[in-house]
This record gives sequence, structure tokens and C-alpha cells, in this order.
Amino acid sequence: MAEKLLEIKNLKTSFRIKDDYFAAVDDVSLNVNKNEVLAIVGESGCGKSALAFSIMGLHTRAKMEGDILYKGENIVGISPSKLNKLRGKHMGMIFQDPLTALNPLMIIGDQIGEALLLHNKEMSKTQRKEKVIDLLNKVGIPRPEYVYEQFPHELSGGMRQRVVIATAIANEPELLIADEPTTALDVTIQSQILDLIKDLKDDMNSGIVLITHDLGVVAEMADRVAVMYAGEIVEIAEVTELFEEPLHPYTRSLFNSVPNASEEQDRLHVIQGIVPSLQNLPRTGCRFAPRIPWIDESAHEAHPELHEVKPGHFVRCTCYKHFRFPEEVGKEEEHHGVS
Amino acid sequence: MGFLKIEDLKVHFPIKGGLFGRTIDHVRAVDGVSFTLEKGKTYGLVGESGSGKSTTGRAIIGLNHVTSGKVYFEDKEITGVTKAKSDFRKDIQMIFQDPYSSLNPKKRVIDLVAEPLRNFEKLSRKEERIRVQELLELVGLNPESILKYPHEFSGGQRQRIGIARAVALKPKLIIADEPVSALDVSVQAQVLNFMKEIQDELDLTYMFISHDLGVIKHMCDHIGIMYKGRYVEEGTAKEIFDNPQHIYTKRLVAAIPDIDPRKREEMKQFRAEVNSEYEQSYNDYFNEEGLAYGLKPITDTHLVALPEKG
Repeated sequence: MAEKLLEIKNLKTSFRIKDDYFAAVDDVSLNVNKNEVLAIVGESGCGKSALAFSIMGLHTRAKMEGDILYKGENIVGISPSKLNKLRGKHMGMIFQDPLTALNPLMIIGDQIGEALLLHNKEMSKTQRKEKVIDLLNKVGIPRPEYVYEQFPHELSGGMRQRVVIATAIANEPELLIADEPTTALDVTIQSQILDLIKDLKDDMNSGIVLITHDLGVVAEMADRVAVMYAGEIVEIAEVTELFEEPLHPYTRSLFNSVPNASEEQDRLHVIQGIVPSLQNLPRTGCRFAPRIPWIDESAHEAHPELHEVKPGHFVRCTCYKHFRFPEEVGKEEEHHGVS
Repeated sequence: MGFLKIEDLKVHFPIKGGLFGRTIDHVRAVDGVSFTLEKGKTYGLVGESGSGKSTTGRAIIGLNHVTSGKVYFEDKEITGVTKAKSDFRKDIQMIFQDPYSSLNPKKRVIDLVAEPLRNFEKLSRKEERIRVQELLELVGLNPESILKYPHEFSGGQRQRIGIARAVALKPKLIIADEPVSALDVSVQAQVLNFMKEIQDELDLTYMFISHDLGVIKHMCDHIGIMYKGRYVEEGTAKEIFDNPQHIYTKRLVAAIPDIDPRKREEMKQFRAEVNSEYEQSYNDYFNEEGLAYGLKPITDTHLVALPEKG
């Protein structure tokens, strides 16, 4: 039985716009186990990052409801000092943009050293330096003694991202949250960084939440995948299951809109409309319905829930049963016409 | 004869230093690049960041100073022509990477899209308005929205405004520098589909600069791979993706994440093999400075920077 590391129960994170609160993460329940990579996919504006920031307690002004249990202990609403003891030591975060995540006025050695200093006061200066150089080695930075003295602007994007990762894993956290860790990087560097994250998982038995919109990265990395749309999880399944049999219309639309390097397609699928903004989000019924208007209203549930269609495979709303792409509908009709 | 022909293009930037800010060395951003674009086709220029692909694109259109080499457009030399009103400026347009920073936030859509028209064509207010509305319709935006500002549009819509600007003068060639990198996958699909549509409609030639190999494969007929300012390989999309010859290209193609989760182990092994091959034969494929050798033809269309000796 997999050991639960993080348990999120009915989490609702709302932001205040004018005088009202709008939920960016709306009733999300998730588990992350030890030694597991859980990928969260969706377009921007779907609440992926808001969820990650909620777990790390980085929303200072948001209203948070529900529970986030880290090893059984609820971390929603605990005091900042308690949270600081967890963050960095037990939970690490890799941010998307390495240039803004690093302090431009601090040398690399001190930035990583700071993470160590905060959680391990007994460590001597020389020990700390040794450990930092060790970390730089671990993330594959060449000439670590030299890089130790450098400033962020002197490093390339890939190197900076490695520094961010080194900082996140400095205290060997059991839970690592990676928010689009490779989006800004070239493919060869991306594949190195992903290997690095995988090695960390194997070495430290950590649970990893990987947030990305790159389905290739998901296929390479994830054990389980949660698809988010408009603040809700619309589908969650094991990675092979999801890639072989994506069910929710949103998941299927996402898969179809990516240019696939191994297949020839003339036209890519386009999802109609845009991700609704927080204020305009439909709060009742199937939230994806406005973007698949050709599907009859009766196909949707009034209050869509996650249904377990196979062990471990959950889908929200019954509309997946009736969902066809317009192209498919056309073809089927043609087919019927001929026969 | 080629539609756009680049011959031994070099763009070097000086590194200033010392007491009087003298030039002490050069960054060889583009170091001897030659290629030809065919009319109506899409040419992809691929490379990691810093490989010189964007500099190449900008040098063609005259945004970067050309150190040496020649650029021919429809058999006329256009190297280093900086005069703003030259004819070729009408025929070659550019689409930029970031739709958020490439549009002036203080200008309305009508002024943004009409800017190229005002530079080259003398139209009356009314004619101009009609043209802009036609253009907006062409890129799938509401023609009523001419009085809106860029911030009122989503990312994909803004990129369409960028495209409307680029096609306003009915250009023959569009250089697109990472046109979809800043966009979400579904919006990316929209823009790519749309670019393909107007290509047929307006008989456009594209030069597509990107580091996203999935996008490149989807869009391009011919591909050039750059590394440190030089070409390492050039060929048709099929040749590059199915039969890469240079060790650098092999590694690049192998690094693309595979969409099938069940191939994970297989890919991991394959990548490890390619990587060790890369490390072992690095010195054979690159000279002492780590630069690629000159291109040698393997087939009519497939050129590879193979080692000089052996």
C-alpha cells in the first residue's frame, strides 16, 4: 500500500475581486504518495499554479477552505512560523521562471546556503559551503567552486534552473512541487533536468507534484495525472490509462491540439472559446460545456461529480459518454450515408 | 534560383573592454551560414537559445548589422539595406515572439494594424479603415474591435493582431520568430492552423524560427539546425527527424519527450546511448573551438557538417 504523503480534501482557494470572493481552486481533493510523481495539467488560468501555491501556503491574501494534510497534519491556517519550519525543509518548490526566483544581488553559493542556514543552524560555515558545492555537483553544474561565487545573471537559463532546483532540494524535502520546471528550457536541457528530478525521486523517495502543460513531459515523468479545468479536477488516472483512454472532453481536446512529433496531422484541433476568467466562471453545471457547444445539453449533469469509471480512473460529468469531435461526427454521418 | 538566398552570412558583435572601451574580441553569433528558401514553402530554423537562429532572422530583415555575407531576395541583393522605405521591406515581414510586448499598449488596434499601411501606401481615412477591418476579419477577429487596445485581447488574439500587421502589405515572406512559444497549447493550435490557412490563401513563404521541435515538424518542409552560429545539418523534415546524421541533431531529436508513456524505458535507454555517442564522438564532430565543420551533401537535399578527416 502506497504511503500517503499529502492529502488534499475539498480545498477551495478564493481570491477577492472587488467585494466578492471567487474560487480559483474549487473543491479539489487529491493524494500524493511517497515515491510518486503526480502531474497536474491544464491550460493557463485553470488553477494549477494556484493549487501549488496553496499547498505551499504562499497565498497570503486568499481565503482557503478545506484541508491539506501533510503526513496527517493539517497545514491550512497554521501560523507562518510553523509553516516556515515545513517549507524548505519538508516541502520544496521549483518555480517556473528561474530569473525571477533568484535574488539578483546574491551569489549562487549564498542563495543555496540560505536554505540550509534557515533549517540547520548548527551547520558551520565550511560545512555549509561543502554541502552547497555538493548540491551543485548533484544537479550537474560544471565547475561548482567557480559557479558558487557567480551571480544569477552570469548563468544561462538552464544553469539558473539547476540552481533553483538545488535550492529546492537542499534540505532533501519529502514533497517537491515543480511548477513548470522546464517550460523555459531547450529540449536537451529539459531532458537533463527531468532526469535529475527522477533521480531525486529515486534517491530520496520523495513525492513530486509536477505542474506542466507539456503532455510529452507528462508521458515521460508522471505516475498519475490530474487534469484541471476552471479550478476543478475533471479527470484523474494512471498515466498509461489516461494516455490510452482519455475520457473527458477537455482531456481529449488537449491531446488533439498538440502537434505530435511522431504523427502527421494537417490541422490541429482547436478548443473553441477561451478559459473563462475567475469572475465569469460558470459555477453550476459542467464548466467545460460552453466550449463544446455542439454537445447536447442533456448530456451534461446538473451537478457534475467525479465518477470512478475504472479502478483509479475518475471523470467528472457524464458528457464524456456522448462526446465526439465535430470532425468525427461528420465522418460518421458520411459513413451512414454511404451504407 | 532561390526565392531567398543567404550566402555565408556572418554577424559578429564586438566585445568592448579595456581602458578606452576598445574592441577586444567578437561574439560570433552567426558564423558563416548559407541556405535557400523556396517560394511557398516553410523553412524551419532550429537551435538552442544562443545558437544564433534569431540573429539570423533579424539580420535578413535588416534589424541586425551584417558583418559579411550576402542576402538575396528574388535575385536582388538586400544585404545591409537599412533604408526604411525600400521595396523589400514591404515584401518581408516579421512576427515576433511575445504578443504581450510587441504591441504598443497605448495604441488602438486600428493604429497598430494601419501603421505599415501608412508607411507604404497613401490611403484615405476611409480606405484605411476598410482595409484594417478586412485584415481583422482575415485573422478571425471581430472587425468592430478596431477601437480597442491590446490589453483587451487574449494572448492568441494579440498574436493575431501581430499577424494582421505582418500581412497588411501583402508580403511574400514572413519571418516568424517563436510565434507560438508564449501561448497555451490550444491557442497555439489556433495560431498554427491559421498560419497554414493564410499561407495557401496569400501564397506566403515562411521562415519559422523555433526551439520547439514538435511545432517545427508540424509546420516545416525544410529544416536547418544551428549550433553556436553554424549549421550542423540541413534537410527535409523527414530527413532530419527520421534519419538525423549529425551527432548534435541525433541528440536533439532524441531529447523530444515521447507522448507514449509505455515507451519510457525504451526512450531512456535510447537517450543514454545517444548521449554516450555524443560524448564519445564530440571531438570528431566539432573542432578545437567546439564549432561545427562545413556542410557536406549526403543526398540532394540533406547536408551534414561531417568531420573533415576520416
